[in-house]
Amino acid sequence: MKNQKTKGTLNKEIPLPSISSRQGRRAALCCFGHWKLKFGDCLGSGTWDSGFLLTCLISILLVLSGTLGCQRSRAGSTVAGSTSVEPFAELLAEEYMSRHPESHIYVQGGGSTAGIEAVMSHAANIGLCSRPLMGKEKNLYAVTIAKDAIAIILHPQNPIQDLSLEQIREVFSGKIRNWKELGGPHHPIVLVTREEGSGTREAFQKFVMEKEDISLEALVQDSNGAVRQVVASNHNTIGYISLGLVNDQVKALKISGVEPNMTNIDNGRYILVRPFLFVFNEEPVGEAKSFLEFVLSPLSQKLLLKEGLVPVSPKIAQE
Amino acid sequence: MQVKEKIIEKFFLMIALSSITILALITFFIFEEGIPLILKIGPKAFLLGEKWIPSKGLFGIFPMIVSSFWVTFGALLLGIPLGLACTIFLSELIPPSIGILLRPAIQLLAAIPSVIYGFWGLIVLVPLIQNYLGGPGLSILTGSLVLSFMILPTIITISEDSLKALPPSYKAGALALGATHWQTIWRVLIPAAKSGIVASIILGMGRAIGETMAMIMILGNAVKMPNSFLDSARTLTTNIGIEMGYASGDHRQALFATGIVLFFIIMALNTLAIFLSRRRVD
Repeated sequence: MKNQKTKGTLNKEIPLPSISSRQGRRAALCCFGHWKLKFGDCLGSGTWDSGFLLTCLISILLVLSGTLGCQRSRAGSTVAGSTSVEPFAELLAEEYMSRHPESHIYVQGGGSTAGIEAVMSHAANIGLCSRPLMGKEKNLYAVTIAKDAIAIILHPQNPIQDLSLEQIREVFSGKIRNWKELGGPHHPIVLVTREEGSGTREAFQKFVMEKEDISLEALVQDSNGAVRQVVASNHNTIGYISLGLVNDQVKALKISGVEPNMTNIDNGRYILVRPFLFVFNEEPVGEAKSFLEFVLSPLSQKLLLKEGLVPVSPKIAQE
Repeated sequence: MQVKEKIIEKFFLMIALSSITILALITFFIFEEGIPLILKIGPKAFLLGEKWIPSKGLFGIFPMIVSSFWVTFGALLLGIPLGLACTIFLSELIPPSIGILLRPAIQLLAAIPSVIYGFWGLIVLVPLIQNYLGGPGLSILTGSLVLSFMILPTIITISEDSLKALPPSYKAGALALGATHWQTIWRVLIPAAKSGIVASIILGMGRAIGETMAMIMILGNAVKMPNSFLDSARTLTTNIGIEMGYASGDHRQALFATGIVLFFIIMALNTLAIFLSRRRVD
């Protein structure tokens, strides 16, 4: 009791460490040297302290057990992966949880590959993927939950409305460098692309660029939102994002006269369309299964349609 | 009593060693993941290669090393004069009443999360530079500007400490010999505290090279050799930050290898800073 009291008063008297505290800085700078000195003492003095060795071992074990011990213990399912799918998964998870108050679905981003790796290492129950599976990933159990179109976006004040796939390819490969060559104002074109490995970029590469490379001059942003932000704030930019995320800050380009909308996606005239996948280690059971069923239900599919995605069941798309 | 003390001593030693073990583990894993790729494509192709196209197996990080130094150099160019001026003002010229306000304000600068700096740069500086200087706005210049603010607290606090650590007799002596206040500062105090000031600049440089989040938002991340301060660029840290999410296989290893390069640069800078601040003590 007495002990506690003294502790309390002591605590109050100890000044909070501040950045400017010189001792702190010094200590930080010199701690490495000190440690070496201590270690040298142990070695040099000849009395090799077995206790020291033991503490070394124990502390290593402590750290290791710390890293191993953090296996998932909380209840509920974790969904992780593509940042393109994440906002839709979040919406569906909220809807699902409001219907099943006892469940918890945790949705995280990270990217398609990270999501698949998380599923393989059992860190997540469901992986979100916005590209077709590759290599050994094909062994996983994947379900297409919707399809997404990729829109080529410009600043709303850019007079250009319509480009052919060929022209877009030449713009992104750096062959056409000025809007004038496309009938626009005399300004250099600023390309905005996604980072290597992004599902959106892979789909764009496959559909639009084919064998050509995206110019290394292009600005690289790491999410759909960041690309949209950059395009919205600069008149000379061109970028590409999920059609579902196009808003009035940017303008979606027609491709050879075909406007990116539900009808054109559905009848196959708009070709920049990719699958959104849920990925599992094996056929899902329990909560993961009921969430998947919920996502594939007409109600959720209608929700996804409203958000700008293309539903998997053709009936809903036609309604 | 003896036993109890021994136990407590060992307990603290154990905790202290755990933190070092974590450092060792981090180092080990970075090297374990990164070295195979460097050996696979060759150190020269990795360090001096000019093309980074992971999907084609090209992992040249030379443009990023160059960009890292461009951005850092720009930040120092703006940050050192500003930081030094601030230090001199704070330690020598300031009326005490303003010091009470100013010192915490500068320390607060260090406490602002870097994502806030990035956001501020993106919303305020990027459009300004885009409109008045041209280019995409997301550029080395913008990055350097923001970084120069971010390294100010490091430079100011450490160099002010080294100025304060000087024996009072230096200043008294100089003034007694008839030097003006400014002559005392410029000819006596600053040269005497030189090693501490240089160490503060090197630590600031380490902070600038290591900054990631703000730079991802501001630099534009284009993977090419920068030609001017108005070009977009990608530093070593932003390369890791921006691509880690989706990387797998060789690509992922290449990012760890980028980390190794960064590790050596930061190690070199910190060793230099420790060495310089040691010399002052001796």
